[in-house]
Amino acid sequence: MRPLTEAETRTVFEKLGKYIGENIQLLVDRPDGTYCFRLHRDRVYYLSEKLLKLAASVPRESLVALGTCFGKFTKSQKFRLRVTALDFLAPYAKVGHGPELAPLPRPLTAPHGYAPLLQYKVWVKPGSEQSFLYGNHVLKSGLGRITENTAQYQGVVVYSMADVPLGFGVAAKSTQECRKVDPLAIVVFHQADVGEYVRNEDTLT
Amino acid sequence: MAAVRVEAVLAAAEEQEAEKRRSITVEKELELEYDLGNLLAVDRNPPPAAALRGAGPRREALLQALARDNTQLLVSQLWELPAERAGGAGGPLVAQLPEPTFRLPREKPPPKPRPPTRWEQFARLKGIRRKKKTSLVWDEQAKEWRRRWGYRRAGGDPSRAWLAEVPAGADPEEDQFARLRREKRERVARNELNRLRNLARAHRAGSTVPAAPLHPTGHQDRDELRRVARVARVSTASLGRFQPRLPKEPAEPPSRSGGKKRRFEPLLGNLAAERSRQLEMLRDMSRKKPVLDITRAVNKQMRQEEAEAAAANKGKKQSKRGKRGRRQQRPGRSGKKSGARRQPQQQKAAGGGTGG
Repeated sequence: MRPLTEAETRTVFEKLGKYIGENIQLLVDRPDGTYCFRLHRDRVYYLSEKLLKLAASVPRESLVALGTCFGKFTKSQKFRLRVTALDFLAPYAKVGHGPELAPLPRPLTAPHGYAPLLQYKVWVKPGSEQSFLYGNHVLKSGLGRITENTAQYQGVVVYSMADVPLGFGVAAKSTQECRKVDPLAIVVFHQADVGEYVRNEDTLT
Repeated sequence: MAAVRVEAVLAAAEEQEAEKRRSITVEKELELEYDLGNLLAVDRNPPPAAALRGAGPRREALLQALARDNTQLLVSQLWELPAERAGGAGGPLVAQLPEPTFRLPREKPPPKPRPPTRWEQFARLKGIRRKKKTSLVWDEQAKEWRRRWGYRRAGGDPSRAWLAEVPAGADPEEDQFARLRREKRERVARNELNRLRNLARAHRAGSTVPAAPLHPTGHQDRDELRRVARVARVSTASLGRFQPRLPKEPAEPPSRSGGKKRRFEPLLGNLAAERSRQLEMLRDMSRKKPVLDITRAVNKQMRQEEAEAAAANKGKKQSKRGKRGRRQQRPGRSGKKSGARRQPQQQKAAGGGTGG
């Protein structure tokens, strides 16, 4: 377990910034305690200082996980966001042209109950919901709705038509382009989905 | 009285001037041998032996004249070398000396050879000589030439040996593999011990054991010198903590392991400092975002085109209205388009500016 280096922190923040923009400050600088990021076995964990001090007393080989896992670094040092970060990112998700949101002191486990009015969302049709939950990308044929003014490669939160959050994605096409492409084109790249809780049960920390 | 003195002074001054303007050519029977790389001139002319006998002012004058003549010849030779002005037009004239040819004698005594090791003494006693071994050995099993030792050696991989016979007189309960491993370890340790003992013996005997890394030889490369400099800095009573740095030495202390192991921040270090550093980084990241968003411009342009297409379609049905519509659209269209075009250019300039 060790703190992130400069380069690693930059990579992580860039990735998180795609989803929550400037609100990363709210993650770093919280009013209710000191929270920090730590790296353990290539996984980035977000935890409070109190928890960090407890975890520091656990031997490295026995330590499995600590706090919340946001994602992991691949062998080529790319950062992959995990679905376990959904709880933290959904409430702070990037605001479009709306007013600044008051920071939530502690995001709860039901992000859709606290979802702000404006964020980059994508709704998926029931037919391709399962496909997304299996880890596939979202095609134009499965796209239900998409927030207006979504830029290309914008981080989005994927919902089902019943407004249940399914996971994360990256918009492959901007909203304008989405209207023009053919039905089999990919419109949202899959990043993480709640099906991972079942699929990767043993490796998800 | 004063006039005589003045005349004497003037005469002396004239003589001095004449001496200075004496001809620079010197006559010698044998030519001097020059080694301009060492600024050396060797005069093989036999000196007038009679004049050198006995100390005295005459001898001194003769020697001085000899020295002056030879120096004059050497300097004439130097002036004939190719020269250039160092440092531009106003700089000094610098001659390019050739490579020195004269071998200078040793400054220090030659290095003593190291004393023979125990084995070398024994071999000399018994008359054992080194047998030159071939590097490849014929492996019967693999039916090819294999190395004598190392990767894919002739006897097969020793770590994969699956059979170890219990020798005749050994304890049947003993683990043979463990025994083999232990014996190998002991052999290696004994070899290492003997090597160190030989080194110590050589050092004690006073032979110049190469402690070369720590003494400057003039032939060291930059990395070696850097290493030596680091050792020198650390060889103080306080292990280099209060040692002033050389002009171009790096400010942070170079890692003890020579840069091989990565060092990280401490785990529970100053969390407030970490937080402030991260906030600073976030501020930098957000500041660098370009003010103009090219995708937004593109989307805007596309929306505009769609609107025009819709208007044009409507206009086709009613031509009059369409003309008016198109005329109305044109100024707006050009304005938006040029605006969109200007934005990418500005964006590129901004990107170039921040990148450069």
